[in-house]
Amino acid sequence: MRSVAQLEVFMEAPTKQGVSPEELAQNYLQVGEDMLIHWLLAKELVPSTGKKEGFRILALHRQGCKGDPSFNACRETCRELAYFYTLITMEPNSDDMVTRLSMMKMVAKHLVLFIGSKMQVAEVGEFCCSAKVNRLDCDELKTRIGVK
Amino acid sequence: MTVIIDKSTLKKKYKKVAYYPGCALEGSAIPYDKSTRAIGKALGLELVDVKDWNCCGAMEVKNIDPKVETYLSSRVLSNAQYKNKLNVVMAPCNGCYKNLKQAEYELGHSEKSKDVVGKISKKAGHETYKAGEVETIHALDWIKMGYGEEELRKKIKGGLKGLKVANYYGCMYTRPRHIFPEKAEGAGGDSSTKPHYMDDLLAVAGAENVEFPLKTACCGGAHTLSDSDMSTKLVLNILEAAEAAGADVIATECPTCHSGLEMHQIRALKRLSKDTNVKVIYFTQLLGMAMGLSARKVGLNGNISNSTKLMKEKGIL
Repeated sequence: MRSVAQLEVFMEAPTKQGVSPEELAQNYLQVGEDMLIHWLLAKELVPSTGKKEGFRILALHRQGCKGDPSFNACRETCRELAYFYTLITMEPNSDDMVTRLSMMKMVAKHLVLFIGSKMQVAEVGEFCCSAKVNRLDCDELKTRIGVK
Repeated sequence: MTVIIDKSTLKKKYKKVAYYPGCALEGSAIPYDKSTRAIGKALGLELVDVKDWNCCGAMEVKNIDPKVETYLSSRVLSNAQYKNKLNVVMAPCNGCYKNLKQAEYELGHSEKSKDVVGKISKKAGHETYKAGEVETIHALDWIKMGYGEEELRKKIKGGLKGLKVANYYGCMYTRPRHIFPEKAEGAGGDSSTKPHYMDDLLAVAGAENVEFPLKTACCGGAHTLSDSDMSTKLVLNILEAAEAAGADVIATECPTCHSGLEMHQIRALKRLSKDTNVKVIYFTQLLGMAMGLSARKVGLNGNISNSTKLMKEKGIL
């Protein structure tokens, strides 16, 4: 799995040429899932492999926010990713494809910046659930809670 | 349970409300205060400042002691109830709005909070606020439900025709969801997942609202000082998304978001060499101009984001 820094670099990079819209949408959805896996590992939870409403990202988010009446500010971002993924893959010939891909990329980037920053940088405040887990070493956590 | 909102009752109820500007609207967000008061006057909606108001507790106090934060917000509600004799408080700032709502929730659900608020209120020598006595609303509720779209349409003069707007609500207008039960009531109410009151009002004013997927995304305001670079990146992404959506303007309804967008737009250019041209304007300023109020009356020159040229080009000014 890519590190938070690698995810950020990936999202900052220009979009690769010659990649199909479906593949790009899959890439952005995967970025979102990877980011939530980091978040769950930092909370010392074993990331779910299940799906909610057909999406793993929604299952991962549901798992991480369970029992925590927090801001859950990443909830809508995850749902927007699922929404754009559906639009892009279900309407491959849409005239709006370029805009949809661009929007999906920015939504994924927001998720990376939003959750990633709170896990990478100390003392950013208890503003949201994702701020409650900070700066933990991903590999060490994986070992500790038995995730391969 | 679905509740049908009785608009005529709300119109009467919101006709005269206690106004809680909070610290921001008397400091960094003076144009928001100015335009809110101006459109209230133009629409015949009466605002009475909460007497002797104090800070809502914002985010700083919460990090140290959430019970004290609850007390601070409860004192504002107590003053509105006992000093102003009003049972609706309108808070245009998302931080204040959220904190008053949070206090309402805590006092209705936590014996410990009730106990702490009771003790501090007694010591401070004022009436203790009790949950359910005062309703907190946002400036969006105030206009949308207190005046109504049909009536607002009649007040629009030049309108915002030709102006493409990305409506940005920020994170605190709808979160945390459990303190805004009215946003899940369905028919006629706002939504906690896809808020639309600002879209509705600006559409009435003639604006063309664009599809904007980051409308409730965090602007990074909470860590603008502790991690400014991250705030700049978050804001830049929001600005670029608005531009990619075709927006000329980002309409705001939160002073923290607004100043964050303005400041980090400049910072993104200086630090990251990323230039964006989308303008940042309070929704009350846009509504005011659509109603024919002057740029001066809505405080347009008080914004950092200079939109005068754009407004003139679009024929709005």
